Amino acid sequence: MLQLNSITKSYNNKPLLDNISFTVAEGETVCLLGASGSGKSTLLRIIAGLESPDSGLISFGGVDLASTPPHLRDFGLVFQDYALFPHLNVNDNVAFGLKMRRMRQDEISQRVASSLELVNLKGFVQRSVNDLSGGEQQRVALARALAIRPRLLMFDEPLGALDRTLREGLLNGLRSILQKTKVPAIYVTHDQEEAFAIADRVMILHNGNIIRAGTPADVWANPQSAYVAEFLGLGNVIEGEVKGKIKSGEWKVESSVGEFVVMCKHKHSKGEKVHLLARPIAEQNNRWSSSPARAERTLSEGEVEDEASRDVSRPEGRIQNTVQSVVADVIFQQDKYKVTLDNGLYVYLKDAPKIGKKISVRVKIECLG
Amino acid sequence: MSTCVPVYLSTFARVHLSTSHILLWLLPLSFLALAFFFPLSKILALTFSPSTFTPENLRNTQHVVLFTFYQATLSTLLTLVIGLPPAVLFSRFDFRGKTLLRALTAVPFLLPTVVVAASFTSLLGSHGLLNTILQSSNSLFPFFPLSSFTLHPFLAILLAHLFYNTTIIIRIVGAALSNLDPKLEQTARTLGADSLRVWLKVILPLLRPSILAASLLVFLFDFTSFGVILLLGNSQLSTLETEIYFQAVRQFNLPLAALLSIIQLLSALAVSILYTRLVTRNPYPVSPRPTPSLKPKSIQQKLFVTILCLLLSAFFILPLASLPFRSFTRLEADRGQRGDVQYGFTTDYYKELFINRRGSVFYVPPFQAIFNSITYASATVILSLLLGFPAAFALAHPSRLDKLLDPLIMLPLGSSAVMLGLGFIITYGKWLASPWLVPFAHTLVALPFVIRTLQPAIASIPQRLRQAASSLGASSFEVWKNIDLPILRRATLAAATFAFTISLGEFGATLLISRPEYPTIPVAIERFLSQPGGLNYGQAMAMATILMALTTASILLIEKFRLPNNNDF
Repeated sequence: MLQLNSITKSYNNKPLLDNISFTVAEGETVCLLGASGSGKSTLLRIIAGLESPDSGLISFGGVDLASTPPHLRDFGLVFQDYALFPHLNVNDNVAFGLKMRRMRQDEISQRVASSLELVNLKGFVQRSVNDLSGGEQQRVALARALAIRPRLLMFDEPLGALDRTLREGLLNGLRSILQKTKVPAIYVTHDQEEAFAIADRVMILHNGNIIRAGTPADVWANPQSAYVAEFLGLGNVIEGEVKGKIKSGEWKVESSVGEFVVMCKHKHSKGEKVHLLARPIAEQNNRWSSSPARAERTLSEGEVEDEASRDVSRPEGRIQNTVQSVVADVIFQQDKYKVTLDNGLYVYLKDAPKIGKKISVRVKIECLG
Repeated sequence: MSTCVPVYLSTFARVHLSTSHILLWLLPLSFLALAFFFPLSKILALTFSPSTFTPENLRNTQHVVLFTFYQATLSTLLTLVIGLPPAVLFSRFDFRGKTLLRALTAVPFLLPTVVVAASFTSLLGSHGLLNTILQSSNSLFPFFPLSSFTLHPFLAILLAHLFYNTTIIIRIVGAALSNLDPKLEQTARTLGADSLRVWLKVILPLLRPSILAASLLVFLFDFTSFGVILLLGNSQLSTLETEIYFQAVRQFNLPLAALLSIIQLLSALAVSILYTRLVTRNPYPVSPRPTPSLKPKSIQQKLFVTILCLLLSAFFILPLASLPFRSFTRLEADRGQRGDVQYGFTTDYYKELFINRRGSVFYVPPFQAIFNSITYASATVILSLLLGFPAAFALAHPSRLDKLLDPLIMLPLGSSAVMLGLGFIITYGKWLASPWLVPFAHTLVALPFVIRTLQPAIASIPQRLRQAASSLGASSFEVWKNIDLPILRRATLAAATFAFTISLGEFGATLLISRPEYPTIPVAIERFLSQPGGLNYGQAMAMATILMALTTASILLIEKFRLPNNNDF
């Protein structure tokens, strides 16, 4: 449906978007994920026609949009701060686009009613938009964009101004609306949880380029670069140096926090600098000793020193890497503890060790290339 | 700022403060009572005397009231229509020289009305540059007569009002325009509105409150305009203000003058109340991320910016530049001057100011007017600071009583200067021979400005600052010397310069109460302009140029002293 071809845009001679190309298929929700200033909002405005790219093509359904002004594109746009017209009430806000299309009055009221029903705001027709809560305002903005039956919906951090609980509810509502209406959508956010929850496909924008694209599960499992892993908060990103090959697809890598055996399909040479990802996943067996019983004991007595030097790797056909360090900080997080070690790494553990104890933990190490 | 004060002051201290506040109010309130409210009551009494409501007076009143509203409405509409494009220009576009051009549009508003009027005559009047150049070109090209050019007085008034009020539209509407959330426009575009309909359906409706507020303010200034109408109206056109003056001074029909003043006061009051209500409840929230101004991109935008910049520069520079130019240029023979006339550059008009000629307009050398003006202005500075400081101190941390007194002290601001002068004539007529009434009248006009300049400065000194200083070991004298004084010094200088400038340019009240032998600069300009002859005209230009220079210097001083976040309107 929507196709972007080598979109380039610079501001004050600084490149903001560099050769961006992607497509959005019918009924697909694509999420543009990027830090603030990564140009993702600009990209939305370019697609909407509110700004023109320095070069590149945008087409929809095979039709080039270069000469189509924004008001003839039929693309709905929903902003973070809603951008409701403060001089119009809920009805007139939702009806705005329909009036611009010079639709019949009875058709307008019908569309307004059905749009408001879709976002669960039945009965809000005559309300002033300035009296609504943030969540209600955002739903009016959504209804307004839906009312014109857009060919494409675009969201610019639509839930950024709302608190967490409201956000989850609205996100679920939005997902079911998108599924129901089958409108292709582009969703811009800097929040990876939001992105993973709503997107069929995620694209990560960095330095003007899409550096990673794929389904949420694929991107989560294979971040492929240190930036993506760090941006998505997947775990500790460590710099390492390849020491040598153990066997095919298995490498010895040295880092500031220890020496690891890393599985990697890519070819590496000795001395090469690589980035490693140590996911802090709270596994059942990810404790500071091999035996749960022992762990309970050491926890209660606070003695871990003598256990620390023990080799905890177990012959399971999997590579087991361990890290030894002193506990620097422990934060309670509902079902787990976030334990920060003296060497800068953090891991999630089921039980809380004492601060200042030397412990040894198993970590899952992945190569980021 | 002031919210921290009730926390700091205990209830006990507040009670004591109220009594000390009464002491603070003693001087300013007595002054107001004597200089404003007592004369006002005299005017009121005179209005309701039987000799007021004669058929002739009523007919006259009706005519004047209608014309006043007519010219003010027309001037306001014209200013609005002409002012909106520059408001868009300054709030939406970035271009070289923007700050300078914006400042230029504000200059006429800050100049005395006499200078504005003189500038217009210097360009477009019958002795003005345009006319004299056209006439001399007639002798050069006899087959192609361009005839003479004189602006119709009514058109001249409208233009002068436009000249000094456009900045109000530019500032108020421009500020509202740049505070609009750009996303509202973008959303409207994506919803299917073309740029015309974005303006009609979104931007203009959102600007309506500010357009209305700005128009009311312009209307108020046009409605109370005196100097421009007196000097450019050729005494054929008369508004409430000028008619009060004519009736009081020329016809000596004080009852009619009193009636007109009361109508004037009530109308101006109604407009100010409407304006205040409009300003205090703006229905639309201001965007946290306002619309940025951008360099013009499309050809239409570039054309819009270029043409408007040229027009604005011409409209604002030409009258202001032609005044000093005309004061140094002889374009016509002086009255009674025979033989060859030296056209071109001359300093005669300035030299003449020092000569006390027989049969001239004055009993003293005209130069004396400059001396008088400066003396009056200095006296006004002293008086208004003396009265303004206690009031400003009381209002800096206001109690309920202070808040009640606040509008009272601002009331002279809303009333016309001519009415203030009339009140002085009616009440203190027997002292009119003394030159010392003038500074009191000027103080009345300047006092609200002085208080409004000092008050925020005094209120801005947080108690915590003083507490912090004393906890660091400063004695109370050292606190006053190191904290209060440096902060208030700037505000005091600004207030003093304000008072000085206002006194220099004050025209309405002064014209009514000044003695012929003690003219001020604006009065002298009026008299020179009302006399025939090239020499008188030239001297008017010279005087106006001097006043323009003095005022410009003062404005620059105020700008230097003013607190950074003190807004104009």
